[in-house]
Amino acid sequence: MDLRPSPEQEQLIEAFASLYAKESPPDRVRAAEPGGFDKALWERVLDLGVVAMAVGEDAGGWGASLLDLALIAEQQGRAVAAVPIIEAQAAARFLERIGTGPLAEVLAGERLVTLALRPAHHGRATMVPAAAVADDAVVVVGDSVVLAPLVDRRTPVENLGSMPVADVDIDVAAATVLGSGPAALAAFAAALDDWLVLTAAALVGIGARGLEIGVAYVKERRAWGRPIGSYQGIAHRLADSAAAVDGARLLAWEAAWSAAEDPGRLAELAAMAFAFAHESARDATYRALHFHGGYGFMMEYDIQLYYRRARAWATVFAEPRAVYERAADRRYGSRGEPR
Amino acid sequence: MIDFDLGAESEAFRAEAREFLASVMTPELEERVYRSGVSHDDDYRTQLRDRGWLAPSWPVEWGGQGRDPLEMIAFSEETQRVHAPTYGIGTTMMVSKVIQKVGTDELKREILPRALGGEIIIVLGFSEPESGSDVASAKCRAVRDGDEWLINGQKMFTTNGHIGDYVFLLTRTNPDAPKHKGLTTFLVPMKQPGVEAQGVFTLSGERTNITFYNDVRVPDRYRIGEVDEGWKVMTVSLQDEHSAGFASHCHAVVEHVEAWARTAVRSDGTAPIDDPDVRARIMRAAAEAEVSRLLQRRAAWMDHVGIVPEAEGPMAKLFSSEAIERMSQDFTELLGPDGLRSYFDPSAPEGGRIEHAMRFSLGTTIYGGTSEVQRNIIAQRGLGLPKPV
Repeated sequence: MDLRPSPEQEQLIEAFASLYAKESPPDRVRAAEPGGFDKALWERVLDLGVVAMAVGEDAGGWGASLLDLALIAEQQGRAVAAVPIIEAQAAARFLERIGTGPLAEVLAGERLVTLALRPAHHGRATMVPAAAVADDAVVVVGDSVVLAPLVDRRTPVENLGSMPVADVDIDVAAATVLGSGPAALAAFAAALDDWLVLTAAALVGIGARGLEIGVAYVKERRAWGRPIGSYQGIAHRLADSAAAVDGARLLAWEAAWSAAEDPGRLAELAAMAFAFAHESARDATYRALHFHGGYGFMMEYDIQLYYRRARAWATVFAEPRAVYERAADRRYGSRGEPR
Repeated sequence: MIDFDLGAESEAFRAEAREFLASVMTPELEERVYRSGVSHDDDYRTQLRDRGWLAPSWPVEWGGQGRDPLEMIAFSEETQRVHAPTYGIGTTMMVSKVIQKVGTDELKREILPRALGGEIIIVLGFSEPESGSDVASAKCRAVRDGDEWLINGQKMFTTNGHIGDYVFLLTRTNPDAPKHKGLTTFLVPMKQPGVEAQGVFTLSGERTNITFYNDVRVPDRYRIGEVDEGWKVMTVSLQDEHSAGFASHCHAVVEHVEAWARTAVRSDGTAPIDDPDVRARIMRAAAEAEVSRLLQRRAAWMDHVGIVPEAEGPMAKLFSSEAIERMSQDFTELLGPDGLRSYFDPSAPEGGRIEHAMRFSLGTTIYGGTSEVQRNIIAQRGLGLPKPV
């Protein structure tokens, strides 16, 4: 057992942490609202190879592990950076697995492809992350997986998390079928597992940074002659969040690690890690905001940036309970299956 | 390089332990432990000793096997999983460690061979009727009388006190000094006049004791550490408790509820495992069990690489105990009326293990430092908050 990132991973973490420190401070995050896309930052992370690293060397990428990507995703969460890295990575890895589609253009940074987290229903995919800014989306339609062009077919949605989400009309005639049947759907399920693991890691970053903001505030703010962080009513709830956020990080890392080392557990761990990271980030940011008193309620304070995204980045997929049900499907098989 | 595998040695040790426990933990032993509420069994201890596993982490020259913290966590995950009666062994070895670190050579020669040989039980005498988590406020009095000490007072929750050979006793030797400065620790032989243990029965069925000390005479050679420096000794005694927690209990409860959910049949003919509500509730608990395991393993790993898990150990204890409390409560409700059936009812689902887990869990958030104490430690040492009031 070892919980130290490798020297290469440390470099990767440091590269993204320092980029976000410069290029995604809270005023830049605010400036990108409500659309939730910072184009200049997106170009910078593309320069760092953020999409290319996500696919294997045979496919023209750098062959980073899911764990490498998770470590980067945590830094994105810490900065609540307005760039659709996780969607682009998960979609690129899908194109790599399916072996068709515009992967070369994606890796060259010429085309931004995202993925719809739920199958299209009656010709429409709703609340598709990054669809307000991407060129195409990978979407499940029936038993096929298609590449659906987005320009002129999307309706951006203003939303709690200031995310670049959109509702998308799927024009089957204009879409390209990337694959059909069980193998294609399995490849898509694997992409969704990637997305869940990476978003879980990002939520850990949101929870951890939200907690830091709360802790810093309660050390400074005084009431009845002492820092409010010395009151157990406050300290204890932050301590609970500290344990939960640390636990969420370990679970997200374990899920990411399992992709290479224990792949039979990946799908279950991905769902567990996602739901748990959501709950712990949700609670940590609520507590941190609440302990700001009235200031936490003001747009001017940064904690609200974290509070909103802890909820939005996760719920754009589903509520925790539904994600635990997904974990159950992986552990027990679908409901009603003979056992 | 991040790696969640405990390592080949740990997994080999786990496999050996599992095989051993499968043969030793007979239904009769399980029943005996359950009915008596005593987490100690002489036969179990003898068999463990014969395998060399009474103190696997101790150096070979002391009769141990020099196992590292990662091997030890694999081992304790297995003993915990099957509710092996380890508590008496645990306290004996914990105190032995203190003696090995700060005891006199004479005391080491007298106690350690017998402790590591599985011949004696040492119990803990910290809490008192009026001091629990605030252990340093102990009032049990020790007064010097020549080469001896005269001890008077009471200790609460002296688990295994009725079968113990020695009690590791925290006493007040200087009532005028600040509370952490007037304490002294002793190893008090229990089989002597003036020491009395009275059974205290708990909600989980575990038997513990209140112990009374009336004019008990203890030779000075049984003192551990310097006079009035007992708090330092206490600090040593708590150092090895970093990766304590209840993750394996959590996993065991999840396995029981899974077995119930697969086999029970509801009035409409369906199995609970096909109910989305049941599935979500079990998986939430399974996630918390996994997080508990990871937090405990992290603390063990830190210990292994020489980092003191000052806040991380308490996180493991806090999270895992609160988790088992939550999940066993939820599962008892999930089982409905049948969830009330106890171990002693032959038709109880899963042998009444879920109902028992709920009662058992109540102690876990209290002993070994309550959740509130753990949160104070995490807030101060983990988050750097001011001392809580």
